[in-house]
Amino acid sequence: MKSLAELEAIRNKTINAMNIRKDGENGIRIVVGMATCGIAAGARDTLNAISEELAKRNVSHATVSQTGCIGMCRLEPIGEVLEPGKEKVTYVKVDREKAVRIVNEHIINNKPVVEYTIGAVEK
Amino acid sequence: MNLVRAHILVCGGTGCTSSGSEKLITEFETQLSRVGMADEVKVVKTGCFGLCALGPIVIVYPEGAFYSRITPENVKEIVDEHIVKGRIVKHLLYDESVKDEEIMPLNDTNFYKHQMRIALKNCGVIDPENIDEYIALDGYKALGKVLTEMTPEQVIDIIKQSGLRGRGGGGFPTGLKWDFAAKQPKGQKFVGCNADEGDPGAFMDRSVLEGDPHSVIEAMAIAGYAIGADQGYIYIRAEYPIAVNRLQIAIDQAKEYGLLGKNIFGTDFSFDLEIRLGAGAFVCGEETALMTSIEGKRGEPRPRPPFPAVKGLWGKPTILNNVETYANIPQIILNGVEWFNNIGTEKSHGTKVFALGGKIKNTGLVEVPMGTTLRTIVEDIGGGIPNGKKFKAAQTGGPSGGCIPASLIDVEIDYDSLISIGSMMGSGGLIVMDEDSCMVDIAKFFLEFTVDESCGKCAPCRIGTRRMLEILTKITDGKATMKDLDNLKLLAHSIKASALCGLGQTAPNPVLSTLQYFEDEYIAHIVDKKCPAGVCKNLLQYKIVPEKCIGCSLCARQCPVNAISGEIKSPFVIDQSKCIKCGACMSACKKQAIVKE
Ligand SMILES: Cc1cc2nc3c(=O)[nH]c(=O)nc-3n(C[C@H](O)[C@H](O)[C@H](O)COP(=O)(O)O)c2cc1C
Ligand code: SF4
Ligand code: SF4
Ligand code: SF4
Ligand code: FES
Ligand code: FES
Repeated sequence: MKSLAELEAIRNKTINAMNIRKDGENGIRIVVGMATCGIAAGARDTLNAISEELAKRNVSHATVSQTGCIGMCRLEPIGEVLEPGKEKVTYVKVDREKAVRIVNEHIINNKPVVEYTIGAVEK
Repeated sequence: MNLVRAHILVCGGTGCTSSGSEKLITEFETQLSRVGMADEVKVVKTGCFGLCALGPIVIVYPEGAFYSRITPENVKEIVDEHIVKGRIVKHLLYDESVKDEEIMPLNDTNFYKHQMRIALKNCGVIDPENIDEYIALDGYKALGKVLTEMTPEQVIDIIKQSGLRGRGGGGFPTGLKWDFAAKQPKGQKFVGCNADEGDPGAFMDRSVLEGDPHSVIEAMAIAGYAIGADQGYIYIRAEYPIAVNRLQIAIDQAKEYGLLGKNIFGTDFSFDLEIRLGAGAFVCGEETALMTSIEGKRGEPRPRPPFPAVKGLWGKPTILNNVETYANIPQIILNGVEWFNNIGTEKSHGTKVFALGGKIKNTGLVEVPMGTTLRTIVEDIGGGIPNGKKFKAAQTGGPSGGCIPASLIDVEIDYDSLISIGSMMGSGGLIVMDEDSCMVDIAKFFLEFTVDESCGKCAPCRIGTRRMLEILTKITDGKATMKDLDNLKLLAHSIKASALCGLGQTAPNPVLSTLQYFEDEYIAHIVDKKCPAGVCKNLLQYKIVPEKCIGCSLCARQCPVNAISGEIKSPFVIDQSKCIKCGACMSACKKQAIVKE
């Protein structure tokens, strides 16, 4: 170890991966419906796409996890974005491309992708 | 690039390891591979979470689901339900962590709510075998700061101003100790860490070393810089294999990163560390005995002065601190004196880790601010006494300490309050006793321990403690007189005044303190020949109450020594001269006709 900068570099490399262990911390949660029909509709791929994009963009304030049946099988894959103090946003028929946009626009730039939300699609 | 989206933390502390957590780790890995999620879910082996009584413990993040008493059979269910489908397995959750069907943050549960974690900050949070995780949570930043921005004098000033006192028992101000050593002429000096932890029932230091070994390594390097030492030794008992192993891994990783070794952070400062294994004699925890043992000689105390800060290891200035003391140092450097001074009481700053044991629901490891009341520790954090029994007393300070009776349950625990009520902080063992505990028996237990552990070098301890134990045995056998009680007190005071080292000087404490609060129990044993708690076997009698006995002979058939006789359908009697007090008859009788008194 030659300098503080070197230490800082090791820290930065690992810290994002550790943030997930913060207890009761109020970050953004992305949940993907992964019951039988969700998986059949490709939710697994959606989940992977979100994970990859979060990793690529070095996002540390959001976690992604799976949930059970959301109750709208025909709109699967479904992803929900839960942010403390805000209304839940539900995205439907989320494929890889949509997932990438959601991460970039909603999670990183804080602008929900209205056209993919359940309200817009159901109209 | 793949994001690890869930972490499964499995406790690898000694408690959970002995209840089978290693198997859980392999089982999780197998199950995760089976469902094809081994890459995105990480299994992390951590140190103790504190709730050892409910082990093995598993926590799954990001949800923070706290699963308790997990068996390998449960693992498949957790993976299939929680990890694959996102459905938390409610029936495996620690019940206190669920409220209105929702998982509460752990810090809101009664067990954690009153705690404050400084020394245990990373325990149960990081993988102790991975230096990167320690660094991610600001590890080695304090060392970096000290080496690049501060002079040794400034470091010592901060430790002095923080008011940090030794956590190994005595409560001596750490900054002062460092200052003495720093003021010795330049030359070879040493830094020592006392991880001997001989107090029966204590496992605080073991847990820190198992859960966060780097915090101790970092602090020892800081101490080395402060006093001008380039070599350190960690003296740890060989009975702690997990801790020894993790410590060695941590030292090797620190060396690999150049955080130990030559020219750390590109400065002139070099520092190295070695582990020395102790054979587990209690007296080797005493500082002078510990140092002779490190030197490869028989671990016997020697008179002080000279103090180790002047003449320690191989006659060179040496500081010796306890594991928990060290674990506080990096946090003080990073967060500042003011932060630390605002925690705790006026004269005892910071927190103290306790190993909660005995008659308490949540046995385990807790860290609370100094000044927390015994009531909070026992009732809130500890979850109270099992089976609806009443709290009677708590023993702190192990064989050197004393008891706190129920009447003082609201005492705010710090170094000075404990001394003032005749106990002491000690290293942090806290043994809870309920109404079924006999205080004379407790005192005898600790004295037996010190008699066994006395090194025999000085007469007051070698002979005196043995004499005390003989008197206590007479008392519990119902053969003592009030004269014996007077002798017991006399002996206690003279040993305290004349023994060579702390072991002997403090050995009478458990007797003196139980005498202070429970003299009536001693007198009951001596005068009435009765043990009020019903513990001392030789004072017990099993008796059949003739009015209740229906003469069924069940008891007689259970008695291993044929002490019970009688005619069917008339009351049976116990021959006291034959009875060995095994209690079998009492449990056999369906009519509750047998009493113990
Ligand atoms: C018989 C005896 C046993 C001791 N055992 C320990 C021990 O296991 N661990 C410990 O840290 N200190 C123990 N001590 C206290 C040490 O002598 C010493 O005071 C302490 O390690 C100093 O560190 P500190 O100032 O950080 O507490 C013991 C003292 C005596 C008299
Ligand atoms: S007090 Fe006991 S342990 Fe200490 S030196 Fe004397 S005999 Fe040995
Ligand atoms: S206590 Fe045991 S030995 Fe004594 S009478 Fe009952 S069964 Fe027999
Ligand atoms: S078991 Fe109870 S009731 Fe039966 S003989 Fe013994 S004391 Fe009497
Ligand atoms: S199973 Fe997918 S919404 Fe019900
Ligand atoms: S050893 Fe696992 S919680 Fe203490």
